[in-house]
Amino acid sequence: MPKDSGIGASPKRREDIRFLTGLGQYTDDISLTGETHAVFARSQVATGIIKSIDTSAAENMPGVLAVFTGDDFVDVGGNPAGWLINSRDGEPMKEPKRPVLAHGKVRHVGDAYAAVIAETAEQARDAAEAIEADIDEQPAVVDMKSALAGGALVHDEIGTNQCFDWGWIEDNRAATDAAIKSAPHVTTLELVNNRLVPNAMEPRASTGVFDPGTGDYTLYTTSQNPHLTRLLICAFVLGIPENKLRVVAPDVGGGFGSKIYHYGEEALVLSAAKKLGRPVRWTASRSESFLTDAHGRDHVTKIEIACEKDGTFLAFRTETMANVGAYLSNFSTATPTFLHGTLMAGNYTVPTLYVNVKAVFTNTAPVDAYRGAGRPEATYSLERAIDKCAQELGMDPLALRRKNFIKPDQFPYAAAAGLEYDTGNYHALVDKLEELADLSGFEARRAATKATGKLRGIGVNTYIEACGIAPSNLVGVLGSRVGLYDAATVRVNATGNISVMVGAHSHGQGHETAFPQVVADMLGIDEGSIDIVHGDTSKIPFGMGTYGSRSLAVCGSAVVRATEKIINKAKKIAAHMMEASEQDVEFSEGQFSIAGTDKSVGFGDVALKAYIPHNFPIEDIEPGLEETAFYDPANFTYPAGAYACEVEVDPDTGKVTIDRFTAVDDFGNVINPMIVTGQVHGGLAQGIGQALLENCTYDENGQILSASFMDYAMPRASDLPLYTVDHSCQTPCTHNPLGVKGCGEAGAIGSPPAVVNAVINALHSGGHTDVTHIDMPVSPARVWAAMNS
Amino acid sequence: MKMTGSKQITASNEKVWQAILSAEVLQRCVPGCQEMSGSASEGFEATVVQKVGPVKATFKGQVTLSEMVQGQGLKLSGQGKGGAAGFAKGSATVTLTSTDGITILSYDVEAKVGGKLAQLGSRIIDGFAKKMADQFFERFRDAVENPEDQSTNETTEDDKKGWLTKLTC
Repeated sequence: MPKDSGIGASPKRREDIRFLTGLGQYTDDISLTGETHAVFARSQVATGIIKSIDTSAAENMPGVLAVFTGDDFVDVGGNPAGWLINSRDGEPMKEPKRPVLAHGKVRHVGDAYAAVIAETAEQARDAAEAIEADIDEQPAVVDMKSALAGGALVHDEIGTNQCFDWGWIEDNRAATDAAIKSAPHVTTLELVNNRLVPNAMEPRASTGVFDPGTGDYTLYTTSQNPHLTRLLICAFVLGIPENKLRVVAPDVGGGFGSKIYHYGEEALVLSAAKKLGRPVRWTASRSESFLTDAHGRDHVTKIEIACEKDGTFLAFRTETMANVGAYLSNFSTATPTFLHGTLMAGNYTVPTLYVNVKAVFTNTAPVDAYRGAGRPEATYSLERAIDKCAQELGMDPLALRRKNFIKPDQFPYAAAAGLEYDTGNYHALVDKLEELADLSGFEARRAATKATGKLRGIGVNTYIEACGIAPSNLVGVLGSRVGLYDAATVRVNATGNISVMVGAHSHGQGHETAFPQVVADMLGIDEGSIDIVHGDTSKIPFGMGTYGSRSLAVCGSAVVRATEKIINKAKKIAAHMMEASEQDVEFSEGQFSIAGTDKSVGFGDVALKAYIPHNFPIEDIEPGLEETAFYDPANFTYPAGAYACEVEVDPDTGKVTIDRFTAVDDFGNVINPMIVTGQVHGGLAQGIGQALLENCTYDENGQILSASFMDYAMPRASDLPLYTVDHSCQTPCTHNPLGVKGCGEAGAIGSPPAVVNAVINALHSGGHTDVTHIDMPVSPARVWAAMNS
Repeated sequence: MKMTGSKQITASNEKVWQAILSAEVLQRCVPGCQEMSGSASEGFEATVVQKVGPVKATFKGQVTLSEMVQGQGLKLSGQGKGGAAGFAKGSATVTLTSTDGITILSYDVEAKVGGKLAQLGSRIIDGFAKKMADQFFERFRDAVENPEDQSTNETTEDDKKGWLTKLTC
């Protein structure tokens, strides 16, 4: 019998009622008295010297209140990178300033160099067009190879386009090189992890407010991470005292990573609000989203797998160029390094590996974490290369993987890439995959497809990811400039209902439903009487936001700890009420009772007593029932999975159709299976979108060519199969109180290699055995070209 | 993008060369040209209205002539700014070879676009640029061969309307 409440139940998402009935309150829905509108003037060239900006015509246009340029922000700070990466030679990474508005030089199409504030958005738009900017276009660098080979400089002051040259693990380099040199078999694969535009349904938006009476600022903004945004604005960019800035991220319509970061528009609307004494609002157009949201992926990689003739892995070596775009976005240096290199061991017992990543500045939009963030790049290169290795060795791809899996009794396992996986059972995942994907029935399906003139292929892969980001101690050693704990406050009101203030922001993850399930389960009360409060720095203690599949594993653990404190205090109150010793109080199903007696009081009575403390031992117990906990994880969590994709390829057109997709994941314990299934569905759609359709393209001059939905192909329902999703193989996380691992990114991490593996397999079945790789997206043109080359 | 082509013009080398240097002829030949002023030696100022896919804009820009070798060829370089619509830049290297009152005009065109034009129009920009170049040199041939016919740049707006729009407007 499925549970109908608490942990393990699947109540429908309570937030969906407002989302599906148009009652969500997004940043752009917030309308304030006296509000004004900001519009940005953005560079049309990839790079150029700002010789002059004449704002006089714009300033005299109807409704215009102010015009800002980069000159107005020379005295404030820049938007910093959150991780300091050191190069192999010990040199710290190059960290050019990222100003609020471009000053002196524009560095990518869409780089804002001025902003107009006007009474209406239309007036601001007209005036922004009237700004006369004399920008002398300079040669752009777009391609990473030429950027490193002495092309024009993105940032003249740093003298190079290389941000860093990182080695992981440097001490393993010689051993890895030696193993590859002497190995009986080496598989080599060069591939591109295509650049993606996040395309959240809701574009970025920000409204800045300044109260001259109190000196307080408020920023309403589309953020996954309101506390970090506050910290960055206050400590690095504008120097506002943290106690004077409230950041509110109300309902947010999708982020996928792109709304983790602080952007210059947020600083602009706050500065303008102070100058004008009126609220200043801005909402990105879809074009601005394409141009300026931090993009994802964009790696060029060469990977080598050294193995015995029987397939036993001996060493992995990768060389990657990672595009960071024109400026360092907040997580951009962590994504290609510690979220990528540390995962290169995959699910395997490879003795040694070495990862080299060169991060490269180019005249393109900043690139940063996008659903999966580094881990899809690691998984894709490794799992594609393993498939190629299996073909070269004449082995079954699953058998090769099984042969090298970490065995269930080897956990905790110190993987060659430096992380210690606490738990897992990869054999069980693959066994389940074989069953659910009906791998034994594949040949019959292939024959049926062949009869229609098409080619059927199957692709499998496994993945490991590091989620629950992250243990502060560990990430501090690795270069993080922040801690990555989270916090929660459980406030039991006098009448027994509960508000839980959480640092994790919910923008599609279902926290408002799942977190109350946890608290309700612990307190034995109706989850309908528990609400989650999130996204407002004035209401919640602290938080590091939502990304890296961390919310439940880290913030959920803080909720557990705070609820435990509530129970402990409530026990004291209950003991007083029942005139018993605290040690004798037991708590179960919402009732405090004394063992061996018929005495008991309900949770609601205890809550009321806490707030009406008549006859209360105030020397021993404070009134009130509210507790806060900060939780810093001991380790990452390690979700893992095994995926299978079956495609049909039309040899006449090269079109790939996904017929079946099976995802078997180990997320540890599951709080709400329906939400987990939904998260996997969404991740799969994004991964399949990357594999089949999506591609962000710049021309050689740095003009972005795929800057609308006419040219950037998003996955639609008709591109996707009915998924088979399973998360019954559970090896609970050993170090957090819920035993959960996180599920938000898995689908996007695990699916791209399965799709491409399947396409290659289909082509081989049609005799195209010379095709060993096709870069994503495996569009009809690319598949057809590969078949006809 | 780059493209090449040639046109055979029934006119003497001298007549073709004169036409190429004429602001009046250029105005008639640049598709969508609303205004053109200036001279061959100092360069021309032009206002051009064009629609590229979903983007319609007025481009203001300059056309300059360089690498001029009397009767043999020159380079036409132009750039236009279309405000929020973006910008276009291009050049055409023109070579003339004449025999017996027939002049072969060969052109080698390089063009690039930026801003919204590139963002929204990239799929169609190559075809558009080719059409522009073809139109320009066809009109130029007509202007040289039939100097009295002034009709070239008048019909643009109506031509673009589909039959349905023409019926309903």
